Amino acid sequence: MSPRARLGLFALAGPGLLAVLVIGFLGLPAFGDYHGVYGLVVDGVELGERHATDMVTALNFDVRAFDTLGEEYLLFASVVGVVVLLRQLRGEHDDERGEAEREDGEGGERDGHDGSEHAFAGASDALRGLSLVLVPMLIALGVYLVIHGALTPGGGFQGGVVLAAGPIAVLVAGRYLAMKRLAPDWALEALEAAGAGAYALLGLGGLVLAGVFMKNFLPLGIPGHLLSAGSMPLNSIGVGLEVTGAFLLVWSEFLDQALLVRRGADG
Amino acid sequence: MSFLPYAIAAWLFVVGLWGVVASRNLVRTVLCLTVVQSSTYLLLVGIGYRSAGRAPIVADIPAVSRLVDPTVQVLVLTDVVIEATVTALLLALVVQGHKRFGSVDPADFTTLRD
Repeated sequence: MSPRARLGLFALAGPGLLAVLVIGFLGLPAFGDYHGVYGLVVDGVELGERHATDMVTALNFDVRAFDTLGEEYLLFASVVGVVVLLRQLRGEHDDERGEAEREDGEGGERDGHDGSEHAFAGASDALRGLSLVLVPMLIALGVYLVIHGALTPGGGFQGGVVLAAGPIAVLVAGRYLAMKRLAPDWALEALEAAGAGAYALLGLGGLVLAGVFMKNFLPLGIPGHLLSAGSMPLNSIGVGLEVTGAFLLVWSEFLDQALLVRRGADG
Repeated sequence: MSFLPYAIAAWLFVVGLWGVVASRNLVRTVLCLTVVQSSTYLLLVGIGYRSAGRAPIVADIPAVSRLVDPTVQVLVLTDVVIEATVTALLLALVVQGHKRFGSVDPADFTTLRD
């Protein structure tokens, strides 16, 4: 669509948007004037019903667990789309040896002379030292966030993203191929599929053991302890694994495109 | 100015939408779409706020305190993570389009001629 056609379409739709905005702002309640009922009910009830102290995660993995199943598979489908789109096309090949040669040279002396426009600039020693410290800290923080989902702010989605940042710190140190050995593609795909499948299996467990799909079927425990809130920590771990695998896979695919893929003669 | 959060959400939406409409670079289009999504997060979280309410975590405050609505927070937190992967999908499309047509200007994306 040409730019002029886009602007023309926006000129048609713009006044409608403006009218909706004006009407909306005229009837706006004050900020903080909360009228909903559902949130108040959940706030009051969740601690007694499910022994969970984090209302947000309790909603995410218990009361609205079916919604989270759909969102999780949305994530899965997007990542499958990225992997399929960025697959190796006819006429391209993976240049791992060339990348290894570029990485083995000392950082700071690289000038992209080998003709490739994506020569990695290398990392100083300070950056390498910092990422060495960061990797275990990020992984520990990520695991903490995932497991304590039902107790304190955290959960599978948040913790999974922090966990995925661990191997990326290895990339920051200038060692892309080391990161690929730490997190190879087949392992990431298996991790992501295992996380997504585990969540669905927990739902089926609820159906088989408690009569309702996605129902909390494990013993509820004491609120505030690690093993409490029934199957919520397991749901959290499943989602955490899936999000970790998804983010690392997406980054791996893009970095492959930037650093490894070389066009052949007919590219 | 008790409607300030809503005004900011509306501003982000309009600015992002204008960016999507008027940009000549597909990467910028995708990032402006991200801005539009951020406006929805702000709107949702702003709707759930109760004045003098506290975060809906009862690990250290009594369970009968005045808490904000956790439902909209759930919607926002799942959406932030999923938006990142959907943006990645769009950017993968842009990468392959660049390989095919040689530029990221949407006006250069003519129909396939094979």
